[in-house]
Amino acid sequence: MTGAEPKVTLDLARETGLTADEYDRITSRLGREPTWTELGLFSALWSEHCAYKHSRVFLGRLPTAGARVLQGPGENAGAIDIGDGWAVVFKMESHNHPSFIEPFQGAATGVGGILRDIFTMGARPIAILDSLRFGDPSDAKTRHLVNGVVSGISWYGNCFGCPTVGGEIAFAPEYAGNPLVNVMCLGLVRADRLFRARAEGVGNPVFYVGNKTGRDGIHGATMASATFDEHAEERRPTVQVGDPFTEKLLLEACLEAMATGAIVGIQDMGAAGLACCTSEMPARSGTGMDVDLARVPQRETGMTPYEILLSESQERMLLVAARGREEEVRRIFAKWELDAVEIGRVTAGGALTARLGGEVVAHVPVDFLADAPKYEKPMAPPADFAERQAFDPLTLPEPADYGTALIELMGSPTIASKEWASRQYDQQVGLNTLVLPGSDAAVLRVKGTSRALAVSTDGNGRQVFLDPRRGAAMAVAEAARNVSCSGGLPVGLTDCMNFGSPERPEILWQFAEAIEGIAEACRVLEIPVVGGNVSFYNETSGQAILPTPIIGVVGVLDDAARRATQWFKGAAHRVALLGPESVSLGGSEYLWTAHRRLAGCLAPLDLEVERRVQAAVRAAVQAGLATATHDCSEGGLAVALAEGSVTGREPVGCEATVAAGGRADLALFGEGPSRVVVAVEPGRARGFEALMAESAIPWRWIGTTGGDRLVLRVGTRAVVDVAVDQVERAWRGGFERHMA
Amino acid sequence: MRFGVVVFPGTWSDCDFHYVISEVLHEPVRYVWHRDRNLADLDCVILPGGFSYGDYLRAGAVAGKSPVVEALQEFVAKGGYVLGSCNGFQILCEARLLPGALMRNECLQYRCQPTHLAVENVETAFTRGLRLGQVLTMPISHGEGKYHADPEPLREMKERNQIVFRYAEADGRVTRAANPNGSLENIAGIVNPAGNVLGLMPHPERAAEAAMGGTDGLLLFQSLLGSLVEDGSFLKR
Repeated sequence: MTGAEPKVTLDLARETGLTADEYDRITSRLGREPTWTELGLFSALWSEHCAYKHSRVFLGRLPTAGARVLQGPGENAGAIDIGDGWAVVFKMESHNHPSFIEPFQGAATGVGGILRDIFTMGARPIAILDSLRFGDPSDAKTRHLVNGVVSGISWYGNCFGCPTVGGEIAFAPEYAGNPLVNVMCLGLVRADRLFRARAEGVGNPVFYVGNKTGRDGIHGATMASATFDEHAEERRPTVQVGDPFTEKLLLEACLEAMATGAIVGIQDMGAAGLACCTSEMPARSGTGMDVDLARVPQRETGMTPYEILLSESQERMLLVAARGREEEVRRIFAKWELDAVEIGRVTAGGALTARLGGEVVAHVPVDFLADAPKYEKPMAPPADFAERQAFDPLTLPEPADYGTALIELMGSPTIASKEWASRQYDQQVGLNTLVLPGSDAAVLRVKGTSRALAVSTDGNGRQVFLDPRRGAAMAVAEAARNVSCSGGLPVGLTDCMNFGSPERPEILWQFAEAIEGIAEACRVLEIPVVGGNVSFYNETSGQAILPTPIIGVVGVLDDAARRATQWFKGAAHRVALLGPESVSLGGSEYLWTAHRRLAGCLAPLDLEVERRVQAAVRAAVQAGLATATHDCSEGGLAVALAEGSVTGREPVGCEATVAAGGRADLALFGEGPSRVVVAVEPGRARGFEALMAESAIPWRWIGTTGGDRLVLRVGTRAVVDVAVDQVERAWRGGFERHMA
Repeated sequence: MRFGVVVFPGTWSDCDFHYVISEVLHEPVRYVWHRDRNLADLDCVILPGGFSYGDYLRAGAVAGKSPVVEALQEFVAKGGYVLGSCNGFQILCEARLLPGALMRNECLQYRCQPTHLAVENVETAFTRGLRLGQVLTMPISHGEGKYHADPEPLREMKERNQIVFRYAEADGRVTRAANPNGSLENIAGIVNPAGNVLGLMPHPERAAEAAMGGTDGLLLFQSLLGSLVEDGSFLKR
């Protein structure tokens, strides 16, 4: 019935991505050659994408514990207790490789995959954020990718009915051959109703639910575990095809079935599809599974067991139900017009037995399948590491005109308004979004409580390239700072680690250093890591991307009404700068935009000061003392003030003294962590001063809002004096003009 | 007044309408499954936004032939109120309960943004509490909201005062720049000749609380509730 399957040899195993050592390990544990189907199982489950072979030894460094943590890494998503009986479930994942090959479906199915990770936990998804990285938008190929990715996200998220509330888009030439599509999703669930991906209770029925299985996406996990060459686009058949309508039905059916109590465990069929679920679920529970692949709903004829197990067709779940309650499960899925087919049983003995009708096509221990080898490969700093940092940006000439330099920076694609993308996303469905895209963090209310959630994603590849440890720690600090600026206490973190090939010592070193940086920042800021994703092999023809950890931080506001946004609300508000004075042009957006240089040292990061600054900002927002709060990031203090002026509904001018003296480019555009701009109504200035005095942080008044000009001084010299309208036009059009 | 919110496979504004009716307006409301034909207990049926049946054939096309929409014909003939927003408007057009059709946005992209609506007809149950020329702010969220009608039906609609809302500037001027999707003559919402079926692309349920950015959407409900309670003696603002 299975036809003539290829005879399994070491050469064939190599073709599927396994190494000779791995193949040896398989034959010695099985005591025989694997069958063709079994080889497929190992090639998928032991791929880097599924097994984290090169990263697992490092990931253990991340702090994952905390009083609010309900679920840490290892499940479909992490979960944090937010009070009032509610939990927030969240995770971020990458879909970089598929999105380069086929941007629309690649990005769309990235959204689909992360949504399923959230609702398999029993949570209703309430928000999506996307962190995107592309090459230069003046390049036609990049524009094609941006268009495809944004419309893919829009199509899937909008049709499914989950709002896209934030994220960021940044551009650098290093991403031209390998864009990044990282999608984060949050969901809400009652804290005592979390579901997990477990196959418990020997004899319990195993149900296949959702879409039918086709030949799409076979070897998707393996594809995501290799670098690209000039033939990358020939791999289009490995990209899955999404159906957001079916996903919406699957959501409703799963949540309805979960509410009956008939569901024991559930897992999304994501990477490596059915193979992954039928091995990981029993492996987590110390059980086994016996499934008949002939019963799997199929939309193509003549599919082999290999294809059925490895298909990455979308919108499918595997669930284990309580024995005797099969009819309830079938009835609910029938109501939503979805397949729910009992394909097997949970067994004792710890093996996955896959049959096709009467014939056993695979019989392997699940603990072995789910426990791929871990590698500790050699690592070393890049040869030019010291050289990258040795460059002193102050040896470069100052701009001829600082007003023009600021306007150019505000119009640079990375800093400019991303409304072109965000208006293509539904931002409000669900009636939770209190702060829409465009501020430091999105804020979502939790209905039925006084609380809200703040969420932000951040990651600066240039900074990590120059100093992986400090750069990654800065990404954590920035994401948390954005949440704090909005009034939220950071309570949990997810990350997406986007790097080149770990088989290169300098890449693995970058990765290890970045993990250390994240771990250190999380420890000091007391934010547990509850889930994440590693995406290696982000390189094309030997050119790796900038090392890019994307950090997603979730925070809780106890009083949703006490929140802040980044734009100035009116004239005559006093403007304060919180945080240290030390900044650097090394790795800055200005250095790239004005001089096309990526070099230099990063500003120092004192995590203890960072913690205190964030606490001070939160206290100011919670006391109702701040009318605007804005983190200083790309473009430095000058851009932070300009954004305060022009990103709101009505532009508001501002006059400020950015420094007492020194080089104006450093003072205006230098970037450094732990810095926040706060606007305060004049009548509240005394109260604000008292609060800052208690906070024991460096801070000073720097200026006042109002008028129709942006005037920035160094000492007494007005180095920038421009009309806010002009700044606003540059900011509004800087990215959109490339896409028009 | 008893409301029903219809749920098709793929509907997603159902929970939002239900929330606004029960938690903001404190009126009785229940969900109506798309296979349900029994609407006898309801005064007003809401057809919410979303992608009914995935909108795979044409937005609203399959839903327009569903059992609940078949039942709506009789409900409407008996004078029951129907409000269709977004996908609901598309379904009402597909079901011929309203004239015209909704096509792909002229920009060929999905649009989610706030819009201003100039009120052109205050004779309907949904707009009785409004002033002629009043400007409401409500967000849109759709990919297929470009209203189209042929010249003859358009003439008839004007004759019967069926155009209720047009996309406008904040000051009420109806301009090309204020038209987010290329709709014919900036049409954003229309009624049937009897005035008991309203279809509009914007989302009134998303403009029902100050925390969500505005409360203009509530005015439609308040008009409806006021018109029932005081029957014509509704106090105009």
